[in-house]
Amino acid sequence: MRKVMIGNHALSYGAKLSRARVIAAYPITPQTDVVELLSEMCANGELDAKFIKVESEHSAMAASVGASATGVRTFTATSSQGLALMHEVLHWAVGARTPVVMGNINRALGPPWSIWTEQNDSLSQRDTGWMQVYAQNNQEVLDSVIQAYKVAEEVQLPAMVVLAAFVLSHTSEAVEIPEQEKVDEFLPAYQPRYKIDPEEPHAFGGLTDPNGYFELRYQIQKAMEGAISRWEEVGEEFGDVFGRKYGLVETYKVSDAKKLIISSATLASTARTAIDDLRKRGEKVGLLRIRVFRPFPSEKVKSVLRSIDRAMVIDRNISFGASGIFYQEVKAACYNEENMPPIFGIITGLGGRDVRKEDIIQMYEDVMKRDKPKSDIIWKGVRV
Amino acid sequence: MKLTIPEKEVMGHGHLACQGCGAALSMRYALKSLGKNTVLSVPACCWSVIDGPFPHSAVNIPLFHTAFETAASTASGIKAGFEMQGKDVNVVAWAGDGGTYDIGIQALSGAAERNDDIIYVCYDNEAYMNTGVQRSSSTPWGAWTTTTPIKHPKDRPKKDIIGIMAAHRIPYLATASPAYPEDMIQKFIKAKDIKGTRFLLIISPCPPGWKSDPSNTIKLARLAVQTRIFPLIEVKNGQEWKLTKKVHKPKPVVEYLRLQGRFRHLTEDDIALIQKNVDENWEILSRKLL
Amino acid sequence: MPKATEKQIFFKTVGDMPPLAVSLFTMDYNKTGTWRNVRPVIDYGKCTFCAICWKYCPEPAIKLERVEENNKEKLKPIIDYDYCKGCGICWTECPVGAIHPEEEAE
Repeated sequence: MRKVMIGNHALSYGAKLSRARVIAAYPITPQTDVVELLSEMCANGELDAKFIKVESEHSAMAASVGASATGVRTFTATSSQGLALMHEVLHWAVGARTPVVMGNINRALGPPWSIWTEQNDSLSQRDTGWMQVYAQNNQEVLDSVIQAYKVAEEVQLPAMVVLAAFVLSHTSEAVEIPEQEKVDEFLPAYQPRYKIDPEEPHAFGGLTDPNGYFELRYQIQKAMEGAISRWEEVGEEFGDVFGRKYGLVETYKVSDAKKLIISSATLASTARTAIDDLRKRGEKVGLLRIRVFRPFPSEKVKSVLRSIDRAMVIDRNISFGASGIFYQEVKAACYNEENMPPIFGIITGLGGRDVRKEDIIQMYEDVMKRDKPKSDIIWKGVRV
Repeated sequence: MKLTIPEKEVMGHGHLACQGCGAALSMRYALKSLGKNTVLSVPACCWSVIDGPFPHSAVNIPLFHTAFETAASTASGIKAGFEMQGKDVNVVAWAGDGGTYDIGIQALSGAAERNDDIIYVCYDNEAYMNTGVQRSSSTPWGAWTTTTPIKHPKDRPKKDIIGIMAAHRIPYLATASPAYPEDMIQKFIKAKDIKGTRFLLIISPCPPGWKSDPSNTIKLARLAVQTRIFPLIEVKNGQEWKLTKKVHKPKPVVEYLRLQGRFRHLTEDDIALIQKNVDENWEILSRKLL
Repeated sequence: MPKATEKQIFFKTVGDMPPLAVSLFTMDYNKTGTWRNVRPVIDYGKCTFCAICWKYCPEPAIKLERVEENNKEKLKPIIDYDYCKGCGICWTECPVGAIHPEEEAE
């Protein structure tokens, strides 16, 4: 069934189709539609879930971890300050190996107050051990929630489905709603090996000295590494069942490309239209969209960059004192490789500043004029 | 001879509580009352150490260690998870006073307002004991802690957590003392059969933190009640206040204070002031009692 | 069900380990009797079998054994010195002074 819906509702439908059993959430702009629709679905019996209307995002994540640890599928959604408040418990979800799935609407952090899109909220959670997938349209939002549960429950790590504030969260698009039966087949019931259960009592997370902690951390990294191939396989399998294929990354016109634009989320969609224009002018340029940011698809990124002469990464985020965060990651992945192209880092669109096709064409022209990257940041669109 | 408390033990020995720990004894009573169909949500507190190191545990029931301020919210999530699986399990948040009066009060208030179906237990040793005796908002007036040194002991009274919880109109709340296990166990059993948020505050003597002799733990827990510093009560729906242990001839507070090094620096005037405050608090409480 | 072990369990390699910090064993290995400086000794001549010592033991390190005396079943308190930490609650609370402390020999 096709339905016109905003990105936020695509998250709600994703949770519903995945048969989330416990939802714990707290309202924040621009996430509210997600939980409003879920409350309605719970209230009218469309979704058999318990919705805990907690008093903060911190409690939202704590309740999610608790519920997930009992062995039920758990969902929450937040944004910006809310995600920042959750930070401590995000680590807890990972250490407790609870495969909570969360929608996060990328919104700039205060002060000053801003409700518009920027990726610093989710990217600040980079090192927590959460998997992160950045969607570029509402269909991908819905589909990614289902895939996220499948991967998360297999590797026992939580996952975040990330979408841009307003650009997706409040923009209506036609979305194909998969059939429940097919989703049930694709995503079987969650059955963890260890769960909170009086029939089989365990303590979870007890004091662990240096003799054990290291190995537990090692296992999280191994699970992340295993998740790399699982995201790829699950994306393929999803394509077989539902007709829409996904991967760790998405490439566009790269087979003969010598120049490469690398970006994520909705910026990548805009870059795609810019590439169409540039191609008409004879530019051999392609797109690499990084869809799964954690685990980071280093091998995929490298394999695309090997045949490229010059690459540029467009970031709607910044690690103050360093550079754009996707840029850092791409550069780090390529550093020890032979024959890698120069990589330019562009920061643009912070705090939701509009980034148009023309802006990306300008960035491209600017980068092509330069000999090599002289600094880690090329600012685009800031009035200096 | 008939035993006055259930004989069956759930909690095992070998745990890491200090000698004469009121919190260990209270857990023993709690699990005797609630039985094995019980799950604990334990935030940072002494009990996050007492239970033992990975891969060991002393309680023989599921225990979920959670972040300092999340005892209640984690318990709410655990309960929701069980409800969705059709399992009827006692879900108990088991926190110290720091995790209850201070950092965890928001999550506790949230759970209580929603009337989530959990039993919240605060074992109140009146300071951050696990981190080495720093003052909390539960530390009584005049007490020494490492952050309220004797030159400037605590100059604010203990926070009225019972008043706060009663204001939430939760179905059941009670105070308990390990010196009166029959009373405590009865309260746990009563709480178990009530739906909604239940709150138990247990006075929990801490020999290293109170600078008391471990052998005096029960004596202190008893004196807290007999001096009316810590009356044993239960409150239904925030409105029906009932005294469960009548104290006919209250003992002077000095008897309780002098057994504890944390009060050693107090002058006679200080002690007189504490007595006055305890008498006043008793007056306030007795006006609420049925 | 959690198992008792003689010693604290250390996992030699990551392969022996669960993926998260779940307990699989009890705390029985931790013989807290070694913490004790003073040993409580019950004088069964004075003991009235009231079980107050058992009731107040925080470990618990006092067991009740069913014994028969004058055709009556009694519950005899027996201190488990493997786990008794020597806190002294039992001899403080014993209403008839039937428990007394004895210094532990080095």
